[in-house]
Amino acid sequence: MPTSASAPFLIADYAPGKAVPPKVAGQTMPIASLSSEVVFSGHGLCKVYRSGEVEVHALRDVDLDICRGEFVVLLGASGSGKSTLLNILGGLDLPSSGEIRFGDQVLTGASDSELTTYRREHVGFVFQFYNLIPSLTVRENLALVTDIASNPMPVDQAIELVGLTPRRDHFPAQLSGGEQQRVAIARAIVKRPDVLLCDEPTGALDYVTGKLVLEVIAKINVELGTTAIVITHNAAIAGMADRVIYLADGRIQKVEINMHKVSPSELSW
Amino acid sequence: MKALDRKLLRDLRLMWSQVLTIALVVASGVGGFITTLSAVDSLELARDRFYATGHFADVFASVKRAPNALTQTLLALAGVADVQTTVEQFVRVDLPGVADPVIGQLIGVDPQIPTRMNRLTLRNGQALSTTALKNQAIPALVSAAFADARRLVPGAQLSALINGKRRTLEITGIALSPEFIFAGQQGVPDLRGFGVFWVPRDTLAAAYDMDGAFNHIAVKLAPGASEGDVIARLSAQLSRYGGREAHGRKDQGSHAILDSEIKQQRLLGTFLPSIFLAVAAFLLNVVVSRLVATQREQIAALKALGYPNWTIAVHYLKLVLVIVALGLVLGVLLGHWLGTQFVGLYAQSFYFPNFEHTVAPWLLAVSIGITVATAVLGTLNAILATVRLAPAEAMRPAAPGRYRRTAVERLGITRISPALRMILRNMERRPLRTALSIGGVAASVAIVVMGNYLKDAIDYIVDAQFSVALRSDVVVWMAEPAGDSARYELARLPGVTAVESGRDVAVRFVNGHISQRGAIQGFARNSDLRRIVDLDKRVASRLEGDGLVMADRLADKLGLRIGQTVRVEVLEGTQRTVFVPLTATVREMMGLSAYMERRALNALLQEGDLSTQFALAIERGREADMLQASKQLPRVAGAFSKATVLRNMQEVSARNIRIMSAVLTIFAVVIAVGVVYNNARIALAERTWELASLRVLGFTRTEVSGLLLGEMAIGIAIALPLGMVLGYGLVHLVSVAISSDQFMLPVVIEPATYAWAGIAVLMAGVASALVVRRRIDQLDMVAALKTRE
Repeated sequence: MPTSASAPFLIADYAPGKAVPPKVAGQTMPIASLSSEVVFSGHGLCKVYRSGEVEVHALRDVDLDICRGEFVVLLGASGSGKSTLLNILGGLDLPSSGEIRFGDQVLTGASDSELTTYRREHVGFVFQFYNLIPSLTVRENLALVTDIASNPMPVDQAIELVGLTPRRDHFPAQLSGGEQQRVAIARAIVKRPDVLLCDEPTGALDYVTGKLVLEVIAKINVELGTTAIVITHNAAIAGMADRVIYLADGRIQKVEINMHKVSPSELSW
Repeated sequence: MKALDRKLLRDLRLMWSQVLTIALVVASGVGGFITTLSAVDSLELARDRFYATGHFADVFASVKRAPNALTQTLLALAGVADVQTTVEQFVRVDLPGVADPVIGQLIGVDPQIPTRMNRLTLRNGQALSTTALKNQAIPALVSAAFADARRLVPGAQLSALINGKRRTLEITGIALSPEFIFAGQQGVPDLRGFGVFWVPRDTLAAAYDMDGAFNHIAVKLAPGASEGDVIARLSAQLSRYGGREAHGRKDQGSHAILDSEIKQQRLLGTFLPSIFLAVAAFLLNVVVSRLVATQREQIAALKALGYPNWTIAVHYLKLVLVIVALGLVLGVLLGHWLGTQFVGLYAQSFYFPNFEHTVAPWLLAVSIGITVATAVLGTLNAILATVRLAPAEAMRPAAPGRYRRTAVERLGITRISPALRMILRNMERRPLRTALSIGGVAASVAIVVMGNYLKDAIDYIVDAQFSVALRSDVVVWMAEPAGDSARYELARLPGVTAVESGRDVAVRFVNGHISQRGAIQGFARNSDLRRIVDLDKRVASRLEGDGLVMADRLADKLGLRIGQTVRVEVLEGTQRTVFVPLTATVREMMGLSAYMERRALNALLQEGDLSTQFALAIERGREADMLQASKQLPRVAGAFSKATVLRNMQEVSARNIRIMSAVLTIFAVVIAVGVVYNNARIALAERTWELASLRVLGFTRTEVSGLLLGEMAIGIAIALPLGMVLGYGLVHLVSVAISSDQFMLPVVIEPATYAWAGIAVLMAGVASALVVRRRIDQLDMVAALKTRE
């Protein structure tokens, strides 16, 4: 498998709203699903919050567009603002200023119930610490979503997608970290979301398990055409993305477009 | 089943011990509420039904002797709907093989004319008939309570001293009367020592020279008539016939006891369970708050998955409701069962033709409504916290709790160990929770104090009345006022070591426009056998001179002050009006009594040196001989044995009080366990990470346990004395609520009661601590440190 030979795009080449450059054919990951339809578009996003007695500027004037079917990695050290950005994209949080749109829907200023509906219909979340409900089995954790989703896939199909069919009646405490994270992914995708938002999905996992989980995310992205946005501070993961957005100190430092995506199995760190 | 409901069930199963302890507190509250109020309701219902079917009279009056012709005059009085007259007498009754004195109340009934008021219900046997019995026995219906206690069946015979003559009474039937629902005399439950006998009126009238006359009347009021006005009109008519007391139901012996029982139980049944429900609400609040805090990330995940706020809030509300529902089910079952037991106990003091335990639907609805409302209000804050929780915020670990130096440290006391410092800072960090926990434990101490107080109060009253005030062993009363010869006769009876004469006279006290019926009791000067004792069991006043000593309540009622003169209208014999100075008042426990030196009283009555009763001191072990011998004295109408009355009373009230106290103690222990156990469990859950870290740092299990249990120990140490003070306050409140102008419940709590309350709650605390201690010992250090908290 060829690895990326061309130089990545630099931030200077990137402008919000501009069509994403075409991908190179013959890559490991087909990009047929990728379109120029913009899913997220954010302008001047700022976020200030208080933690204890300290005021934190988590985001400072961030602009970005993300397209349907795209696999985006948000890279940055802890405190760089990537989680805040993800929370805003996912409708868990609102920016202090600026505007964020999901398709035609303006999320800024949306009411709590509008955000709830938005999350319920469009967003799948995967958290660093999985956030599974410990008292529910694998299937029941997924049922939690299918109970309220309008067009979910069958629970067992989602479990099959993450390869956990034999473990589907286990409780989270009976699963390894990687398995728990795969459950979290299955739970996120069972509703057939438009976007899959993953916050450090490998953060709590060992190397091998981490790669397994990344493979599942890549597979969802490709097979279901779900837009995937993954937060990480692990630069190696960037190789599997269509586009990598570097964040530091609440700002986008640069954006790279991968001309040669690699499969997660080829990543190493 | 929805996945979220599955989570609910699993969460409940995981915290089953907490669920159970809280449900038990709820159950105690609901159970207490339903037990007491349903029993009281059943009592009231049975009473009302019996009053209706038995046509219970509204007003009652006694006279010395009035002609039957007076009935027409009384009937014509405004506000009077019906009048029924009869002849009644108190007699001494003898049962074969029974030495104890037994008092019988004989009531004349005309077998040919159906009674219109105070109708009897025949339980078994036959009604009175006009056909005479063989051997000149007088046919009689006997009150069911006495029949049960003395195992009397139709056909049984006993003898009675009727106007100096020994006559045989033959039981033909066993009856119940709305006039004698309460089985006892003078407010004291006594099944064995007091019986009512309904006998043919003409026979009774002939024996007492009451042909064509009556000495007791019952009156039915016309609809809308004023009881007070009718009583005044009646009294005016009856006074010239030696009218004693015309009174309404309020002062009717059986009704008054029933009424005060209902009032007391209603009060306790509302008041005490409220404490339980408040504690349950607090516990639910603590537990749900804690649950919401531990499930912060789960809540955030649910929100991220698109669950709306209200679904999540309802989810936690359901948790509260399941616990409450469990408590309600247990409480309703408990209340139903205990209520039935209570009615069973009541049935031994209160006799009705029909007395069943029923739980009214409204009572169920109110209990459920109040419980659910209390629980929801108590946890609303915790549940709304799930709504307020911003999901993005919840993804980040919670900011460390804010601690600061404790008040003790700020006051400059710094030489305290780090362990104690941690405990104190932790307690001070959540002042409200700490205060409520201490309050909860204190409440349970107070409830045990309350439960045992009734025993103390009754012991105190008995001691005051039967040991300090009444020091004689037997009191006998005469059929007619008697001179000194009777006294010498009594002194010669076997075992008698001292005799003191007494004189009672019915009077009306008048001061200006205020008047009050009552009696003056004449005791010997510096009497040894009967003393006037105040609320503190001190001998309050010696009778000297020719003035009156009054209960302060009576003096207050009349608006009299010491030194003033009161008009006394004598209602017996030659009815005269005299003026007597009030020389002293005494703060007595019960009644509106007035006392005078006997000779001074006799002088006032201008009746010579007469006595109506004699107090006797008797050698130990000779009482039975003395009572037996006294039966030969025709002038002695009745005898009252202190020991017998005490024994008979203990039979009923001691057991009731023991049960009451046991029930309240169990309930209080449930509260104590609920509070201590849940607090400890929550403290453990909140601080697992901290405690595990300390274990890793080298703290021993004991030291780590000490940190957590030390908080409990300090809490309990503060709660015990606080609870005792609270208990005193509670008792005071209850005493004020129950006391009437006739009766004052003393606020006396024995040290043993405080000690028992302390021990019971302490044991509950220690047991809870041991359970939690086991959990601390099982603490998995590594796992605890791995969990992100």
